[in-house]
Amino acid sequence: MSDNGYKSGSNLEKVLRAGHFAFTGECGPPKGANVEHLKEKMNPLRGVVDAINVTDNQTAVVRMSSKAASALMVQAGLEPNFQMVCRDRNRIAMQSDILGIHALGIRNMLCLSGDHQTFGNHPEAKNVYDLDSMQLIALVKKMRDEGKFLNGEDIDGPPKLFIGAAANPFAEPTEFRVYRLANKIDAGADFIQTQCIYNMPRFREFMKRAVDMGLTEKCYILAGVTPFKSAGMAKYMAKSVPGMDVPDDVIKRIEGAGKGKMAEEGIKFAIEQIQEFKEMPGVAGVHLMAIEWEHKVPEIAERAGVLPRPKVD
Amino acid sequence: MIIADRKPLGEILEMIKPYDNIALVGCKGCVTVCNVGGLKEVEILASTLRIARKKEGRPLKVDERMLERQCDPEYIEQLRDVHDQYDAVLSMACGVGPQFLSEAYPLQRFFPTVNTRFMGGAVTHGIWEERCAGCGTCIIHYFDGLCPIARCSKSLQHGPCGGSSHGKCEVSKDIVCIWDLIVRKKMEQGRLEDLRNYRAAKDWRTARDGGPRKSMREELVR
Repeated sequence: MSDNGYKSGSNLEKVLRAGHFAFTGECGPPKGANVEHLKEKMNPLRGVVDAINVTDNQTAVVRMSSKAASALMVQAGLEPNFQMVCRDRNRIAMQSDILGIHALGIRNMLCLSGDHQTFGNHPEAKNVYDLDSMQLIALVKKMRDEGKFLNGEDIDGPPKLFIGAAANPFAEPTEFRVYRLANKIDAGADFIQTQCIYNMPRFREFMKRAVDMGLTEKCYILAGVTPFKSAGMAKYMAKSVPGMDVPDDVIKRIEGAGKGKMAEEGIKFAIEQIQEFKEMPGVAGVHLMAIEWEHKVPEIAERAGVLPRPKVD
Repeated sequence: MIIADRKPLGEILEMIKPYDNIALVGCKGCVTVCNVGGLKEVEILASTLRIARKKEGRPLKVDERMLERQCDPEYIEQLRDVHDQYDAVLSMACGVGPQFLSEAYPLQRFFPTVNTRFMGGAVTHGIWEERCAGCGTCIIHYFDGLCPIARCSKSLQHGPCGGSSHGKCEVSKDIVCIWDLIVRKKMEQGRLEDLRNYRAAKDWRTARDGGPRKSMREELVR
C-alpha cells in the first residue's frame, strides 16, 4: 500500500476511491515519432478526463510505443492509463516494462490480450502470448503487493500501479462473460473498462448480474462509450468488429438523423448513455473512446454534465 | 499424425534447376496417410517434373523410391547403395525426412517437396485440422479434452477473448473458437465453476522455447 492506503496513488484511483463518477478518455499514439501530433490529440483531454488510455499498437498496427506516449503525457502533466498487450512481449519484457513505466511516473496500467497480429499491418509477424491477460493482471498484482517477480525473486522498488482490465459484456458465449469478469477481479483487477456499449438492455442485464454477484463491491466498472460519427461507422462496427453488438434501432436512429446531422445524433446518443450510466447501479464511471475524435471530448463531457472533473488530494 | 502440404510445382522446379538426374523418395508414414508423400504422390510428382522439364527442353531423369519411414535410421539405410547415384534427392516426407537423409549421407544434396504444417487429423475426407502444438506438458484434461494452446489463436489459458463471435475466432471465420467450445461443454455438463480456477503462467521450457527437444526412454537405451 502506498501513502494514505492507496494502491498506486493515481488520480484515477483517488477519484474512484472518493466515490466520484470517473470519466476517462483515450488517445492512440501516432503512426510515427511525431510528438506534436500526439500533443494535438492529448491536449483537448486536459482537465476533461481523470486519465487517458494510451493504446498499445491497437488493431496490431505499429504506432509509437504506449510506454513512450504515456511518459510524454506524464511530462505534459496529464495522467495516462498505460495499456499493455500480451501479443508482443514475453514475461521478461513485460516485467521490465512494468518497472520502467513506474519509474517514468506512470501509475495506471490496463492489461489486455491484444488484437491478433493478422488484423494489423504486419500480419507476417510472430506473436508471443507467453502470458494471457489474466496472468498479466496477476503478475502486476504480485509485483505490486508482494514485491516479487513472477519467479519469486524480490523487486528492488515494487511498481505501485492501479490495475485495469477489459471486459466485453457482448462477446460470446454471453453467459460466461460475467464469470470472466469475476476471474479478472479475482486475479487482481482494481478497475474494469468495458468494450463499447450500444445495446443498453443487454448491458443493464450484465451489470445486474455483476451487482448480484458482488463484483461491483470489489472493483470499479467503467462503462465504455464510443460515439458514432456516421451511420457508416455504426454499420461497420456492427458487421466487421468481432464481439461488437450494435442493435438495428441504434443504426436506424443515426441514419435517420440525415446527412450532415449523423455525428450530432451519435453524440446525443452517447450523452444519453453517459447520463444513464451515472444512475446505473454498479457503474463507477465512463470510459469514452472517441476514436480519432479527441477534440470532441470536451464538448461531450460538458453536455453530459461530467465537468468540472473532481480534484482529490 | 503430421500433416503436410505439397510445395508449389514452380518452387520444386526452381530447386532442382541445375540437376538432370534425381531421386524422389516417398514415405509410408504420416505423409502417406495425409495423401501428400505416399507412393501415389511420388508417381504423380515424378511424372509432372519429367513433363515440365521435357517442355523446357532439358529432360530430367527421376527415380521413384519409397521408404517405410524417413524418421528412422534403419529405413534411411536402405538408400546406402544408391544415394550417390543422383545429382540430388528430393524427399516427400515431412521436415524430418530430408534431415535424417542429410545426416546419414553428408555428401548428397537433399530437398523438401512438402511444407510440414502441423500435428492433427482428418476431420473429413480431404480436410485436416491442427489439434496439438507439442508444448510438451499436456493440460487438456483441465479443458475437457480440448486444447487451447494449439487451438486458440492466442493460446489463452483463460479464454475466450473479446473477439469470439458466433463460435468463431476473430482471426478467421474458418477457425472455431475453441474457448467457445470449452465453455459450452462445461455449461452442458454443469461444471462452469471449473473455469473460475486461475491457471498459473505456463512453463514453456518443454515446448520449442526450451530449445530443440529430445526424448529418451531409459529402458530402450540400455
